[in-house]
Amino acid sequence: MTLRTACELAIIGGGPAGMAAATQASALGIDTLVLDEQPAPGGQIHRGIETVQATRAADMRILGEDYAEGAVLTATFRASGAAYEPGSVVWQALEDGRIGVSCDGASRMLTARRILITTGAMERPVPLPGWTLPGVMGAGAAQTLLKASGMVPDVPVAIIGTGPLIYLIAAQFVRAGVQIAAVLLTAPEVGMADAIKLLPGAMRSGRTLLKGLAWRSELRSAGVRMLHGVSRPVIEGAGQVESVSYTHGGVRHRTPVGLVLLHNGVIPNTQLSLATRCKHEWDARQQYWRPQTDEWSATSHARIAVAGDGAGIMGARAAASQGRMAALDAAVRLGKIDAARRDAMVSDDRAELERQHALREMLDRLFQPAQELLAPTGIGGVVCRCEDVTVSELEDAVEKGCTDVNRVKAFTRCGMGPCQGRMCGPTVAQVIARKLGQTPDVPGQFRIRLPVRPISLAELAELQT
Amino acid sequence: MKGRAIVIGGGLHGCGTALHLAQKGFDALVLEKNSAGRHASGVNAGGVRQLRRHPAEIPLSVAAMERWLHLDAFLGADLAAMCEFTGRVGQVAAAENDADMASLIARSDEVHRLGWTHEELLDQAELRKVAPALARHCVGGLISRRDGYANPYRTSQAFRLKAQRAGVRFQEGTRVLGLEQMSEGWRVETSADRFESDIVVNCGGAWGWQIAGMVGEVLPHVDFAPSMMVSARLPHFLDPVVLGVGRKLSFKQTDNGTVVIGGGIFGIPDLDAETADPVADRLIISARTVSDLFPIMRTAVIVRTWAGLEARMPDDIPVIGPSTTVRNLWHAFGFSGHGFQLSPIVGSLLAELIVEGRSSLPLEPFRAGRFSEGSAVTHPEVAS
Amino acid sequence: MFRRLHEPSATVTVYLDDAPLRVAAGDTVAAALLGVGVAVFRAAPRHGSPRGPHCMIGNCYECLVEIDGMPYRQACLTTVADGMRIRRPIEREAPP
Repeated sequence: MTLRTACELAIIGGGPAGMAAATQASALGIDTLVLDEQPAPGGQIHRGIETVQATRAADMRILGEDYAEGAVLTATFRASGAAYEPGSVVWQALEDGRIGVSCDGASRMLTARRILITTGAMERPVPLPGWTLPGVMGAGAAQTLLKASGMVPDVPVAIIGTGPLIYLIAAQFVRAGVQIAAVLLTAPEVGMADAIKLLPGAMRSGRTLLKGLAWRSELRSAGVRMLHGVSRPVIEGAGQVESVSYTHGGVRHRTPVGLVLLHNGVIPNTQLSLATRCKHEWDARQQYWRPQTDEWSATSHARIAVAGDGAGIMGARAAASQGRMAALDAAVRLGKIDAARRDAMVSDDRAELERQHALREMLDRLFQPAQELLAPTGIGGVVCRCEDVTVSELEDAVEKGCTDVNRVKAFTRCGMGPCQGRMCGPTVAQVIARKLGQTPDVPGQFRIRLPVRPISLAELAELQT
Repeated sequence: MKGRAIVIGGGLHGCGTALHLAQKGFDALVLEKNSAGRHASGVNAGGVRQLRRHPAEIPLSVAAMERWLHLDAFLGADLAAMCEFTGRVGQVAAAENDADMASLIARSDEVHRLGWTHEELLDQAELRKVAPALARHCVGGLISRRDGYANPYRTSQAFRLKAQRAGVRFQEGTRVLGLEQMSEGWRVETSADRFESDIVVNCGGAWGWQIAGMVGEVLPHVDFAPSMMVSARLPHFLDPVVLGVGRKLSFKQTDNGTVVIGGGIFGIPDLDAETADPVADRLIISARTVSDLFPIMRTAVIVRTWAGLEARMPDDIPVIGPSTTVRNLWHAFGFSGHGFQLSPIVGSLLAELIVEGRSSLPLEPFRAGRFSEGSAVTHPEVAS
Repeated sequence: MFRRLHEPSATVTVYLDDAPLRVAAGDTVAAALLGVGVAVFRAAPRHGSPRGPHCMIGNCYECLVEIDGMPYRQACLTTVADGMRIRRPIEREAPP
């Protein structure tokens, strides 16, 4: 495969937004290149879908219909004519359209007239006591293992946190015969009547509401121990996870486990968009940062757009619609079609986005980020996994006058490790804000510079420009 | 009380000057447009270097080194520890060939002629002893054995805290917009409040020329953005800091095992946005130099890069001293990429000059007026 | 910690700290190691605390291992290949 050095539209990320955008862009005659760090398209939600279809079709029943929807999207993308380079890690995207990318141990700069970032979301870090022990993973990590490798836990598992993904993964486990020791939900239980009351958009999102409730009753029927209103969860073990302790019903409990899965919602992965220095804004309700984008996913940089969950959590269907709309907008900007033609082609996607907006509003209200899980309460809690920086070290830095995330980073090394703040940035801001009585956006975001993923010195020395 | 002093700029030289003025009885206020140590002071390579300094800087550098080696006495034990200073590991310039070596020999001769003994020539065997990880083709070097490195941001905060303990007030997020000289003293307009002061000190770093411009003083305004790379941790393989001779390099392994690589590679400065970006293409040269000089780095991984904003003077040495156009205003900026090591001494000397009318070390070569005299000459032997 | 739902359709042989392992073709190194019961991939630098994969999608950098002589490779972003040599630089105990 000859690797490309130039294209009209470079799409970074091979999930629903990227695939839909590439399909649409290619159909409009745009010379399109998709750079995907994964070995096959699908992103996270449709991870490994081609392999599952080909070799583990029986697993589709376990994975559910949201997953299966990716099959058509992926097949259409493959047939679209857009160039696809898997195993390609983008470590820089510049305002002028240049991209630094590494593939098979070699790096090069490539030039695009327009860049569409579709790198999606990540699970919000959940810095519980003991969260760094081996055997503690994100709920999404278990999903990745199930989808990409057909693997499930073979030890008792506890799932801790809040968010619809917890119900989904637990239901998938039930279908796969996994022993769930406990589902520990930090939020209070929301009954059907409350859900409908809370949700002005409930009727429009009826199908999804029913689906979520169906997962819950599936769990109940299977006798899964689900506890609501759990507080002070602590993960314990020497060298590896052994048990979880928690408070429920005013009583302290301990449950032996071999695996703990954490989840406190999903947030945009802004590492690459932040590195471009386009403008970002704080979503106060969902407590995350996202790039400022318009309806067409354009950012404050003339040549860069961000579509899909990377621009704000809306789910796979919205991501596909945004991807298509971003491609249409790109076609106008690249002179392939005029604005009138673009506007005539978006009504379906616009309608889909409205539906998804209403649904998202409902989900946001049902599943607000658990405050207790946003920042460790104990001063010994590890915030920065890479550099083992604790809450007390961060608070000490604040007391010494380091009152934003970058100052704290420079003073404590928090955020300087290989993950470059992906796993600690949100928490650091929460710790500072809590200490200074601010809202969590005030301490800001880490300044991100190239390389967005580490690059070997040898590759840098041989960089093809 | 001696009077009111406003120091513009909360970097190392601003903090150092404010500290020493406060110690001499001034009521000192630092006005900082971002946060103390945000720029060059906080993001430089952290080299604490006497080696290969411009002759005018050598007396200051040697005096500063004394303070570094006795940081407890200067800052107090807790703030000294904050700096994470590692001294006496040496900084060594490594010659790759005879031409490099010849220039080091010439340098050594010059330094001895001037009466200094801190720089020492090394033959190949001695070089290999101090830096065994250096490539075998290196033929010799020039070392200053007392040199070392520190954490620049933590050092900046230590200086700020020391100043605060001495009574210096800080106002961050406060940008100076105008300076108006009155019959007695100054009126300082800022983005926040208006202040009045008896004296003003311009420690504005890369923006120093703008501050000077506010009083009609035209000083050189070349800014540049030295960039740095840092690797993932490696097992300890290097004690001294290594500098390139024929090729640009500044190379050190910190106490936590990460390797900081810099030296003459520039990013793109943006003074208005107050930030700077490293450029991947320009890092290629540095990556190749490192690979050539340190074979152990062939499996190293670069985790992060950054760039800082510095002011460069035409002769690569700073402006330290009184304004040439107005009374009661002094400058200490333009350190051209190598002000870090001088930070314990500059503020002290400037405070002497301000209060007593003379400094204990010669500041004449740094006078602001030298540019219009046409006497500023680039010195060949200035390492960045 | 994890088991496969089905027998893999194809396998490859990789070496973990010089010991051969038969793993499913197409798996990431992280999944392959978890699948044979390896929970600890490395030690975090500051205190040497044991670490294993956490996010599985390339964000946490806990799954760093040495692959074919190159250190600092994310196991969750690397697909297994026949003959691949995987090392865990701190851990030297025999695999299960």
